[in-house]
Amino acid sequence: MSQYVLRRLLIAVPSLLGISLVLFVVLALAPGDPFSELTTNPNVPPEVAASLRAKFGLDDPIYLRYLHWLSAMLHGDWGFSFVSRMDVDQLILQRLPATLYVIGSAQLLALLIAIPVGVYAATKPYSLFDQVANTLAFVGFSLPTFFTGILFILIFSITLDWLPFVYTTDIKATGIRWVLEMIRQAIMPVAVLGLFQAASMTRFVRSAMLDVIRLDYVTTARAKGLGQAKVIVKHVMRNAMIPVVTLIALQMPAVFGGAIVTEQIFRIPGIGSLLISSILSNDTPVVMAVTFVFACLVVLFNLIADVLYGWLDPRISFR
Amino acid sequence: MAPLLEIKGLKTHFSTDDGILQAVDGVDISINRGETLCVVGESGCGKTVTAMSILKLIAMPPGRIAAGQIIFEGRDLVPLTSNQLDEIRAKEIGFIFQEPMTSLNPVLTVGEQIAESLRRHEALTRKQALERTIEMLKLVQIPNAEGRVHNYPHQFSGGMRQRVMIAMALACKPKLIIADEPTTALDVTIQAQILDLLQDMKERFGMAVMLITHAMGVVAETAQRVVVMYAGKVVEEAPVDDLFGDPRHPYTQGLIRSIPRIDLDSEHKTRLEAIGGSVPILINPPVGCRFAPRCKFAMNVCTEKEPLLREIAPGHRMACHLGDMSVGAAS
Repeated sequence: MSQYVLRRLLIAVPSLLGISLVLFVVLALAPGDPFSELTTNPNVPPEVAASLRAKFGLDDPIYLRYLHWLSAMLHGDWGFSFVSRMDVDQLILQRLPATLYVIGSAQLLALLIAIPVGVYAATKPYSLFDQVANTLAFVGFSLPTFFTGILFILIFSITLDWLPFVYTTDIKATGIRWVLEMIRQAIMPVAVLGLFQAASMTRFVRSAMLDVIRLDYVTTARAKGLGQAKVIVKHVMRNAMIPVVTLIALQMPAVFGGAIVTEQIFRIPGIGSLLISSILSNDTPVVMAVTFVFACLVVLFNLIADVLYGWLDPRISFR
Repeated sequence: MAPLLEIKGLKTHFSTDDGILQAVDGVDISINRGETLCVVGESGCGKTVTAMSILKLIAMPPGRIAAGQIIFEGRDLVPLTSNQLDEIRAKEIGFIFQEPMTSLNPVLTVGEQIAESLRRHEALTRKQALERTIEMLKLVQIPNAEGRVHNYPHQFSGGMRQRVMIAMALACKPKLIIADEPTTALDVTIQAQILDLLQDMKERFGMAVMLITHAMGVVAETAQRVVVMYAGKVVEEAPVDDLFGDPRHPYTQGLIRSIPRIDLDSEHKTRLEAIGGSVPILINPPVGCRFAPRCKFAMNVCTEKEPLLREIAPGHRMACHLGDMSVGAAS
């Protein structure tokens, strides 16, 4: 098992190298770099701009720049953000808690809704409950977060004035008031993101349950007189959750990506909004670092999905 | 003595998009204590649905027991709820299914799957249940039972899995075992072993067995009494010797003639006879005898009036308009 994980991690190295190379080349081909505005700034003499470019190696050939970046990265130097005037790793660490808090809560909310609703709907297919749940789920994943987000702001912040619509990290309160305020400002983004996730996940849980519920071994379990609840939880859910867990693990990086939109709408100072603002201000080191982190997350969660799969399904052995 | 299980006028219907499918349409079957009863017929005759109806293991909906009584030890099971039936399932009536490959839960060890039934019906600790489980696995001749109890189903062969299924069905020492084509999915040598094992267990525990099969060879080897089903109805019922010695219903005769024989010398060898056509789909079934379209003795009356099951000799009942004109006996 640990050998399997180790080997998978080793296989991940070349793919991460490949990803970083592609990212680097694409960013290098993109117009603009951190110093492009210097040339248009009349206060900066052209020779100063040129010497700065030479100093930071921006005019070197692309393969040299990539090797520079790579060796710095390997030494733990993630680069320097010229826009924020601080190290990129510091910047990311600063933005990470807000993202983890919102995405984590949203994902938890999605699971808490999707699993019970999906399981119950599958035990009574085509019942009223199932029909209502299905319709809501369909509506839920048809509505993009940038629409529901703005709708929520309109209703709960502007019309009803119940919740703040700008997320702040410097709440001027302490103790329990601070906690309450943190929860209050996260309600809307978590609800928007969580319900969107829950919608598609509910349908997935329901169909995974329905796939299992008709299988022979479920009839065997019922023939043992175990009772409906035990049959559903122990025999059906245990099997139905295998693909669900895998899906959730594989979805996690996508959730980070999806959160970019939500973070923009609610002005959450997280990783997603950092990426957007860095792209807009040509802050290449930050863009490179954040996209690379996303790439690492994809590789990592793929590995987690595979390990979970093997742990849940005894038929799969790690070799 | 009253029979252990008595099914009276059972009708199990399924609602489908095309109408009501009358899978079982007025079936009477009784099983005595300690007896082996075979239920035979082609696929789609309602054998499995009849058996599954006893413990309400059919999917409901779309399935529904439309009429009839299922009296087990003097108690009608039809009005019982699923919760009430849970007291009888496995404890009083055990089930062995057709497909050992798919009838065991792939993510639980076989030991757990046997033990959970024991823990449900008998007040046992985990340790006691494990000991009983190992004992059961030994009984069904699984080698190295102590080690195998912690294995998963995919680590067993088909025959071994069916042994596990038998151990599971026997664990709570039920009074009746319903075995739904327990050997169909297995190869021939394993089939014989499993049937022997079943016979062995039956003698050891003195339980009754309801064996559902479409293999006439299996019937001849195991049964005391035979019920022949066709298109959701019982067409003939007789002690096993009478059935093979003096089959009355044209369908039964057809089934018996379709057994390959190796005892005939080359001069008498004939092409193996099969019954032409196939089982009708039981949505709006034909009026009259359901076998009439495939029957070579069909008369006008057969498509007009339904033949009723009646006794033609002690313990020998059949449903055919030809009556006691022993139609095929000459052939």
